[in-house]
Amino acid sequence: MAHTSLRGLRIAITGGTSGLGLALVKRLVEAGADVAFIARRRSGVERVGRQYPGAHGIVGDVSQKDEIHPIAIQLLGALGGLDVLVNNASSLGPVPLALLADTECEDLERAFATNVLGPFRLTRALLGSLAATAREGGVPLVVNISSDAAVTPYAGWGAYGASKAALAHLSRIWDAELAAEGIRVVSIDPGDMDTPLHELAVPDADRSGLKSPDEAAGEVVELIVARIARTPETEATR
Amino acid sequence: MIPAAVALQRPPDARLMVVDASGHLVHKRRTDFPALVQRGDLIIANDAATLPASLSGIHRATGSPIELRLAGRQSLLPQHIDTFTAVAFGAGDYRTPTESRPLPPLFIVGDFVQLGPLRTVIRKILGHPRLIEVRFEGSAQEIWEGLARHGRPIQYSYLSEPLAVWDTWTTIANRPVAFEAPSAGFLLDWRLVDSVRARGAMFATLTHAAGISSTGDPRLDAMLPLAEAYEIPARTADAIDAARQRNGRIIAVGTTVVRALEDAAAYDGCVRAGPAVARLTIGPLTRLRVVDALVTGQHEPGTSHYELLRAFQDDSVLQQATEEAERCAYRTHEFGDSLFVVRASTWSGTITATSDIRRGPLSEPASNSDQTACRSG
Repeated sequence: MAHTSLRGLRIAITGGTSGLGLALVKRLVEAGADVAFIARRRSGVERVGRQYPGAHGIVGDVSQKDEIHPIAIQLLGALGGLDVLVNNASSLGPVPLALLADTECEDLERAFATNVLGPFRLTRALLGSLAATAREGGVPLVVNISSDAAVTPYAGWGAYGASKAALAHLSRIWDAELAAEGIRVVSIDPGDMDTPLHELAVPDADRSGLKSPDEAAGEVVELIVARIARTPETEATR
Repeated sequence: MIPAAVALQRPPDARLMVVDASGHLVHKRRTDFPALVQRGDLIIANDAATLPASLSGIHRATGSPIELRLAGRQSLLPQHIDTFTAVAFGAGDYRTPTESRPLPPLFIVGDFVQLGPLRTVIRKILGHPRLIEVRFEGSAQEIWEGLARHGRPIQYSYLSEPLAVWDTWTTIANRPVAFEAPSAGFLLDWRLVDSVRARGAMFATLTHAAGISSTGDPRLDAMLPLAEAYEIPARTADAIDAARQRNGRIIAVGTTVVRALEDAAAYDGCVRAGPAVARLTIGPLTRLRVVDALVTGQHEPGTSHYELLRAFQDDSVLQQATEEAERCAYRTHEFGDSLFVVRASTWSGTITATSDIRRGPLSEPASNSDQTACRSG
């Protein structure tokens, strides 16, 4: 289904060269959105850039504090503003997965740096832009990709689950606080997907039982469309 | 006055000198700013994020190390990122005050400059050996990446530590188009924006590519401010009309907002929405047509920012404000204390101040109980 409502929408996606992120880039580019995607490895960014020449590829690591503003500059420079930010880049923490009692502190830190601090820092750097979008009549949205591991205490998923729980709660608080600026923040659990991340976590999984990233991306796109759709009511209060 | 040496955007002890329409002066805490705002007022801030506009590199023809500070661009469009006005410095870095920095090598049009990953050609020399127009080679994406990764914020020798990019971004920072931080906006955080709205005022923004504020070269500084691109959103222009209709004041956060709004209204007093380039220089002879009040930093006589203040108030008032700032050791520069100055003329239906009243006693005790006493003597 083509989403005419996404045409020209300025959307940034972290972790945009594999799994759900890549599937989102594909769907959103095809829907006519103006897309910037961020990933750590230049080779991956160049590969996806060749596939989707209209999309803006940015090399950067959201888990690194010093990379946030270079990413934000390139993203805002290329898009000229921002309507939707998808914080999708994720880290499992220890690979292979480990019991929390066996998890090295550094692995826990890496999970939190990628899954909590990165989205916090990048969102914060982009809040001015998102608020400007709201003042100009747009409906800015931050989508944080969460997991059922944020809710259910699965053994072996401690670093990932705890950091995704923090991200989900951060999303709720931010959503409440930023309502005054007209910025919405949601977290969404896309379900168990057949992605490189899942393969790292569960190498011997039965892949036939997993959702395809494209299907999950379709659901995220539906969510974006539903959230940014302007109801007569929201239009009247502007 | 002393330079603020620490890059803290909202130091808890920041002060705000207030000069009202009749030229009276009181000292306040900067956190008291929302209390100066009245129902119906419109606060307008510059939402430009700051580019890391200092680029170090090599002048290929001579092999000399140079620093280019990007200072101007003809349009804010994302794809128009290849051509800039720039100020060039010879060897050295920000730890040397700019006035002591050597001249760059003698440029010839067509010279190449390698700035980290960015290859640049000198297109024009603009009437001063330091002032040039450069053009970056490569795609827009390559140029944005080169600027974001190789550029450093323009540094100030009075700061104790080098600035990081995040030190130069205001809370409301949007498109990265400013060359130096629109630093009056450092006083804003989201809580303050909320409290301004809670008082019944409106908050709006424009985007102005704030250029370089000083180069340390007197002949070049006399050419400042350079032409600066800006853009006024349609909703901001509408909000200005609405505020005027309800007799609300237009309060600019920063000199860049004054320049953009007055430039946009220079034709007939109506603020035109859309992109434009500000060429208007504001000084004592400027009749302000839009802005009723300005919150800005503490500026020293002789700077282009101080010249702009002369459009708001008589020289005698400004001189007293300067003396008072000296006496009370106000901090200057980007991370310093603030000044709130109301235009000395009719506003909100108040009677125009006469020059006699404007020269009223500065030492008179303020009636506000929240006044911050100036402690130094």
